[in-house]
Amino acid sequence: MPVLHAKPHPPSDDKRWKIVETRMRRIGDRPAALIEALHAAQEAFGYLDTDALIYVGDTLGVPHSRVYGVATFYSFFTLKPQGEHTCVVCTGTACYINGAKDILAGLDRDLHVKPKQTTEDGKISVLTARCVGSCSLAPAVIVDGEVKGKVNVDELVAQLEAM
Amino acid sequence: MSEIPASAHSADRRTAASEAGGGSPRATAYVCEAASCMSAQSHEITLRLAQGAAEAGLTDVTVKRVGCLGLCAAGPLVEIAETAQVFERVRPDNVEGIIKALGEVKPTDTRRPQGPFFEKQVRIVTENLGRIDPENLDDYVERGGYEALKRVLSDMTSTQVRDEITRSGLRGRGGAGYPVGLKWTTVAKAAGAQKYVVCNADEGDPGAFMDRSVLESDPFRILEGMAIAAFAVHATEGYIYCRAEYPLAVARLRTAIRLAQRAGFLGKGIADTSFNFDVQIRLGAGAFVCGEETALIASIEGRRGTPRPRPPYPAVEGLWDCPTLINNVESYANVPTILRKGPEWYSEFGIGKSKGTKVFALAGRIVNTGLIEVPMGTTLREIVFDIGGGITDGRPFKAVQTGGPSGGCIPAQFLDMPVSYESLLEVGSFMGSGGLIVMDDTSCMVDVAKYFQDFCRDESCGKCVPCRVGTTQLYMILDQITRGEATMEDLAQLERLAGIIQKTALCGLGQGAPNPIFSTLRYFRDEYLAHIVDKVCPAGVCTITPAEVKS
Repeated sequence: MPVLHAKPHPPSDDKRWKIVETRMRRIGDRPAALIEALHAAQEAFGYLDTDALIYVGDTLGVPHSRVYGVATFYSFFTLKPQGEHTCVVCTGTACYINGAKDILAGLDRDLHVKPKQTTEDGKISVLTARCVGSCSLAPAVIVDGEVKGKVNVDELVAQLEAM
Repeated sequence: MSEIPASAHSADRRTAASEAGGGSPRATAYVCEAASCMSAQSHEITLRLAQGAAEAGLTDVTVKRVGCLGLCAAGPLVEIAETAQVFERVRPDNVEGIIKALGEVKPTDTRRPQGPFFEKQVRIVTENLGRIDPENLDDYVERGGYEALKRVLSDMTSTQVRDEITRSGLRGRGGAGYPVGLKWTTVAKAAGAQKYVVCNADEGDPGAFMDRSVLESDPFRILEGMAIAAFAVHATEGYIYCRAEYPLAVARLRTAIRLAQRAGFLGKGIADTSFNFDVQIRLGAGAFVCGEETALIASIEGRRGTPRPRPPYPAVEGLWDCPTLINNVESYANVPTILRKGPEWYSEFGIGKSKGTKVFALAGRIVNTGLIEVPMGTTLREIVFDIGGGITDGRPFKAVQTGGPSGGCIPAQFLDMPVSYESLLEVGSFMGSGGLIVMDDTSCMVDVAKYFQDFCRDESCGKCVPCRVGTTQLYMILDQITRGEATMEDLAQLERLAGIIQKTALCGLGQGAPNPIFSTLRYFRDEYLAHIVDKVCPAGVCTITPAEVKS
């Protein structure tokens, strides 16, 4: 499919845009590359801001409304900046019956942060995942990309507070 | 798309200990490096073991990182194949015992792992798990990998391939159990020059990790299965739609694709024939509904993952309106072995119309959480008590949940039922992708139903009203019940509404959403009544406050 529009310039000189640009080009700058492009942008910047959405949409020839629609449909994408550290609490069935509820309650009680929120000092974001596939380690959390199994809520809070 | 170094050729591939050996090693230590053990530093263990073996002067032993060894509960695991010793809960700073055991292996040792966990299993899909390095193509080829593809390309017609798959009786392992051979034939006969083969690796059911383990441990098997499928249905392009939540699986798939391309098993002119086929990975983005095939197609096309009415089925009008074959990871994983060993061999396993084996992920309140593969027709009792080792802390068994959010809870009275697609449907559950979650008396069944309803209302894509509005209403009624605020009228309303949603929702997510309610009502109605009439939660999970009890 020929690209009928001029390729837009990245929103800034930030080198990370190069990564996003390359990933889009590899799939041929087609609308079908939208989700891959959003993944690339989020990996590079941590979240998707309006500039990123507009740039990706213009490059791929996708209306802004649809870019926004896709970015908000999928729970993996976030439009808000995240805290310095992320703590993803798995709420899959195995984790649920093994006490994921208590972990979320503990984080709320001790760190005053609920799922999809960031602590006031901007240090820790708490997210939930439907199932991280580490059911044998239930209850599991992922702290900064590292899976922690058989979590004890007090130890987790202590670890997060020390970060 | 960051480059993943092909570690088969990098420094992390073993150390002096293995390379100096030459010939076949006297002993091999397999270190599990699948996600679960990896999270407990198993890569560090591999390095320490290799270093330790070298320091101990063991030149004829190999330390090898492999995929899932199955018994995830006891991880990180290290297995010495020759003596069938399995070391559990290994720590990187405590590998001396394993090195000592490696030193004591005699060349004549050939034992198989003992105990019901290993002996009751039949490994077809998982035959290479825990045996090959997932990033080493030679390992895969050594264990019979790509034999099937080569034979298919050189000796068989596409009709013969489809015929063998049909005769094997293989049915879709994503859950619904549609005959794979029939689906392949539909795609092959559909009009259109461009066809696609898609692998559904969007394993969204909470409590299921079969596909993740296979992808992480034996990625070449999926690529071979897809290539055979592509030949059988005349496709040249394939997509693997994998969850973004599985970064290790994605990384290993990317490496496997590159290695397969380099070795001529993907790309143009596969295995020196005129057959072309290539595979790309597409990442999901955390939408459960994308496991539904039409929603999955929308997502690969870069759109919101909303399903559309069928027919037309994707086999006729799928990706970019071309005929598209969509099978699940485990379905493709069966294909190479079926063609290598023959459909008759395969169909000897199983029971009735459910042939072959099924991989299950055991989780929940069970001793041996982990990954198992058993012939269809194995009873739940064998799975939970013999292989699974029973309930944690010796508590009483209450139910086993299968089929994810569209499945049901099976009570103790059916423990001796052979597991098959048909038997699970009969008792109001569903095969699903293979997650088995065991519950003991600490689980409240109303709370479990509420949990799944919360899942469904959250994951509803919002396209059709019965699902978007109905699942939320169901959740609200269940929430009232668990708070002790519901009446018998609410219960009647719950059942009525659940029936309407089942009949009117657009896709499997909505149609299946009421299933957990139906099955818990069928077998655990007394628990609902305890919450509603007596204002008590028998399992002590739901917090019903004393004030409410008074009223």
